Amino acid sequence: MRPLTEEETRVMFEKIAKYIGENLQLLVDRPDGTYCFRLHNDRVYYVSEKILKLAANISGDKLVSLGTCFGKFTKTHKFRLHITALDYLAPYAKYKVWIKPGAEQSFLYGNHVLKSGLGRITENTSQYQGVVVYSMADIPLVHIV
Amino acid sequence: MEGQNVEELLAKAERDEAEKLQRITVHKELELEFDLGNLLALDRNPPTGLRHAGPTQEAELRALARDNTQLLINQLWQLPTERVEEALVARLPEPTTRLPREKPVPRPRPLTRWQQFARLKGIRPKKKTNLVWDEVSGQWRRRWGYQRARDDTKEWLIEVPGNADPMEDQFAKRIQAKKERVAKNELNRLRNLARAHKIQLPSATGMHPTGHQSKEELGRAMQVARVSTASVGRFQERLPKEKAPRGSGKKRKFQPLFGDFAAEKKSQLEMLRVMNSKKPQMDVTRATNKQMREEDQEEAAKRRKMSQKGKRKGGRQGPGSKRKGGPPSQGGKRKGGLGGKMNSAPPALGGRRKGGQHHGGKRRK
Repeated sequence: MRPLTEEETRVMFEKIAKYIGENLQLLVDRPDGTYCFRLHNDRVYYVSEKILKLAANISGDKLVSLGTCFGKFTKTHKFRLHITALDYLAPYAKYKVWIKPGAEQSFLYGNHVLKSGLGRITENTSQYQGVVVYSMADIPLVHIV
Repeated sequence: MEGQNVEELLAKAERDEAEKLQRITVHKELELEFDLGNLLALDRNPPTGLRHAGPTQEAELRALARDNTQLLINQLWQLPTERVEEALVARLPEPTTRLPREKPVPRPRPLTRWQQFARLKGIRPKKKTNLVWDEVSGQWRRRWGYQRARDDTKEWLIEVPGNADPMEDQFAKRIQAKKERVAKNELNRLRNLARAHKIQLPSATGMHPTGHQSKEELGRAMQVARVSTASVGRFQERLPKEKAPRGSGKKRKFQPLFGDFAAEKKSQLEMLRVMNSKKPQMDVTRATNKQMREEDQEEAAKRRKMSQKGKRKGGRQGPGSKRKGGPPSQGGKRKGGLGGKMNSAPPALGGRRKGGQHHGGKRRK
């Protein structure tokens, strides 16, 4: 387990910033506690300082996970976000897309959303913008690739 | 009026003098305890005047301090004095109060190799006498050290053993053996010391030529020998079945796990600020690469022009021909030229190499 290097932090922030933009500051600098990113076995975990101190007592090969896994760095050092990051990205998302109940199931099983399945969308969303998909009941969704 | 003022001033001065003289003597109910070696005075009188704490206690506290200091100074004046280089000095007695430790208790040192062995085997140090009777000199001599009892290097007659070369110098042989023993002892002492202070020895890569070396040590020694050439091992061929060693690169250093959280946060916020600033930040490496490329192109163009002119005028020795003095001067010019554009030289040199590599292909980064 170790902190991220400058390069790794930059790559990760760039990826996350595609979805939440400058709200990323709110993840880094939280009023209710010190949270930090730590790398363990190529996975990035978002963990509070208290839990981190507890986790330091476990040896590296026995430690499976700590805090919330945001994603992992691939072998070629690209950052891939994971589902487990959704809980932290969804509240801060800048551009949101709501899909109709009919298209929701299809989306969850990995299919594309057609235009007819689109319920609402935040205005000024540019093409190829990173968005967070919600159901009509405001539940953030993620589809299995 | 003036005369009266002057009189008043004089009277006041006189009164002050009298007061000062009075205050040398201080009356205390309980005598103070003095430890003049530490310049310490202990006042055991109950501080009745200071019962009620408040902001107005300053004057009382100051008066108390003055009185006690006066008593201490009085005691100091009673000490025997002496003259040291035109200054009158009082000789303080030995301090009586015992002060606590200044530094923490020294931690136990790691055992030396002999001590570990002795502990393992249960060997206890045998009590030996310091002096031994020396027959040769007929007196009691030390067991070891200067003028010791049985010093074999000091013998005047040595029999040549049966199997030895008759031409060999036995005296020199003994002296040589002694030197080797001393050197070995010194080495072991230093090794024990290094182990105690956890310093790495210079020959820590296992390159002691004698003695049993393990496969890993031999491998490491081979690697070091391979790299010890002028080109740092770049042109050393490997043997047909020799494999490249794993993990011989530089070890990366990471930040500590619980480093300064505030500093980490600050650097991350700074990075975010830069990312969000929506202004393209000047990439210093790119800027320097670009500058160097432009200068290279200018130089090349100039050289071509000169060489063409030289050819036309019948092969005159112009500055167009390849000159050995070219690159260093170019380097110098480059450094000077970039003084305004960048802050430090090393990134420029790094950039130069990178720029050179990507010259032909796509310009990345």
